[in-house]
Amino acid sequence: MIPAIVVFIYLAIVLYVGLFAFRKGTGSKEDFFLASRSLGPWVFLLTVFGTNMTAFAILGSSGLAYQRGIGVYGLMASSSGLIIPLTIFFIGTRLWSLGKKHGYMTQVQYFRDRWECDAIGTLIFAVTALMMIPYVVIGMMGGGHTLDSLSGGWVPYWLGGAIVAIVVMLYVFFGGMRGVAWVNALQTVLFLCFGAIAFYLISRNLGGYDKIMAEIAAHPKDSALLSRARISPQEFFSYTFIPLSAMMFPHMAIMCLTAEKVTSFKRTVVWYPICILLIWLPSVYLGIVAAHQFPGLKLGESDDVILRLLSENTDVVVAGILGAAIMACVMATDSQIMALSTMFSQDVFAHYGGAKRFGEKVQVWMGRAFVIVIAIVSYALALALEGQKSIFDLAIRFGFSGFAALAPVMLAALFWRRSNKWGALAAVLWVVFTMGLLWWLQLHSDGIAPKPGQAPVPIFTELGKLFLRTPMNVTIFGYMPVMFMCLGSAFWMILVSLVTQAPSRATIEKFFPSSKPGH
Amino acid sequence: MKIKHLLLTIWVLIVFALHQDVWNWHKTGPLLFGLIPPGLAYHLGYSVLATITMALLVRFAWPAHLEEDDVRDQAPTPHKP
Repeated sequence: MIPAIVVFIYLAIVLYVGLFAFRKGTGSKEDFFLASRSLGPWVFLLTVFGTNMTAFAILGSSGLAYQRGIGVYGLMASSSGLIIPLTIFFIGTRLWSLGKKHGYMTQVQYFRDRWECDAIGTLIFAVTALMMIPYVVIGMMGGGHTLDSLSGGWVPYWLGGAIVAIVVMLYVFFGGMRGVAWVNALQTVLFLCFGAIAFYLISRNLGGYDKIMAEIAAHPKDSALLSRARISPQEFFSYTFIPLSAMMFPHMAIMCLTAEKVTSFKRTVVWYPICILLIWLPSVYLGIVAAHQFPGLKLGESDDVILRLLSENTDVVVAGILGAAIMACVMATDSQIMALSTMFSQDVFAHYGGAKRFGEKVQVWMGRAFVIVIAIVSYALALALEGQKSIFDLAIRFGFSGFAALAPVMLAALFWRRSNKWGALAAVLWVVFTMGLLWWLQLHSDGIAPKPGQAPVPIFTELGKLFLRTPMNVTIFGYMPVMFMCLGSAFWMILVSLVTQAPSRATIEKFFPSSKPGH
Repeated sequence: MKIKHLLLTIWVLIVFALHQDVWNWHKTGPLLFGLIPPGLAYHLGYSVLATITMALLVRFAWPAHLEEDDVRDQAPTPHKP
């Protein structure tokens, strides 16, 4: 119970930070939704990183490492350490510049202008908003599981999720983007500091990691966790497409608009890989240690192994502080709620006449109302989906793959002036179609899914290895579908843009001012 | 394309390719410092390499024109707090 109390104290501090941000706000929409585009380099780095560190990164990665070994670090963390900073470098800086120049507050506002079409903006809004919801739900689930574990069941899952939902809702409601940014920066620092302490204390209590690793290496079954034997080379390669999702996540794109200067990005892109290393290394490592300590957990059950290690190997107060640090990452869901609120109020309410009719003040209050609605809907979904799928699985299938496959749309908009709305439409429809197909294939093959460690099985025997089912996912010739989704999206973007009319000269001159007509 | 940009592009592609360390696939030892399996040690080094890569891009390929645009647009920007 004591760890849970420490977490409650932490939640109260977070709430205070959000309310303090409210007192610093000016009340304008630019201030509520984008913190007046005023974040300095360090806060920007910590916020962008904290925004991207979610329940998935901490609980999901350790749970997956428990099942599949050290390869999880290379699978997700080290590839993200290169690809995400690259996307921030090439896409984030451009988005920031466009936002500053044209007053954009969301990606969709930019797409509507760039593609000279309201409808394509609305379609992208609908697709991205739908794909964001599961991501927010993961945060709620993570909060529920964390409080449940830390309190030894005294705070049940449903209550833990409700507490997280209410706290996040309140500080986003009052503090807006400034509250989210400050809380994220605080949370990132907390996690980095206390994560290191947790790592040390667990080691000390277990007699040293060298001893545990030697035991795992000598164990006939567990030794596979020290290699990549449980991950195929095809899956390992195709996973490198997943981090392309980073800049298509609305919360990441909107966060890029909050920087005060473009130079703020320099520190972020250089330090991002190291930040990822500092978070993921202990998470993956502890997942393997947990496999040795608590053997036999199934896929969905292994998501809270890091919390079990904390509870059993540290002092109760320390466990609480460290649980609060984990909670910090779990609650990165705040920026997603903030992003969805910004999208609803700007891309729908303001765009369809609300801004002109009701003015700026009502826009801000609409944004706050959306925060409440999104939090309640996400919490309800977190209750309904409890225990059905692992956090990691849910995130990958419905969030990361879809957003990654939309990356070619953003790249074309920013760097290829010949690209047009028809190409964008074709690419988005391709993403929607493939996600629907994957959803169906996943459900269709649930009954034949092999157990961890077993070979993939064909979903349709007559199609050979075209569609294979692994313990968690559907693959295409052994590769993750995200690879084909991204390549297909790029293909349709290019092909359809080339065979349809180019954007108007005015649009090209607006977004590519240095280009000469006819080029 | 300038030589500088060409070299940086090649560098980034090489770093991307280095992620696929198939030679470490089934190695479980020797453990680095008795703690870190070889496949994990390699990817820790890879994370450091990613940081070096980004530092090189910031140093030699920074989109300076965006800074110039910002300075030029400072005065008339209506959204400046």
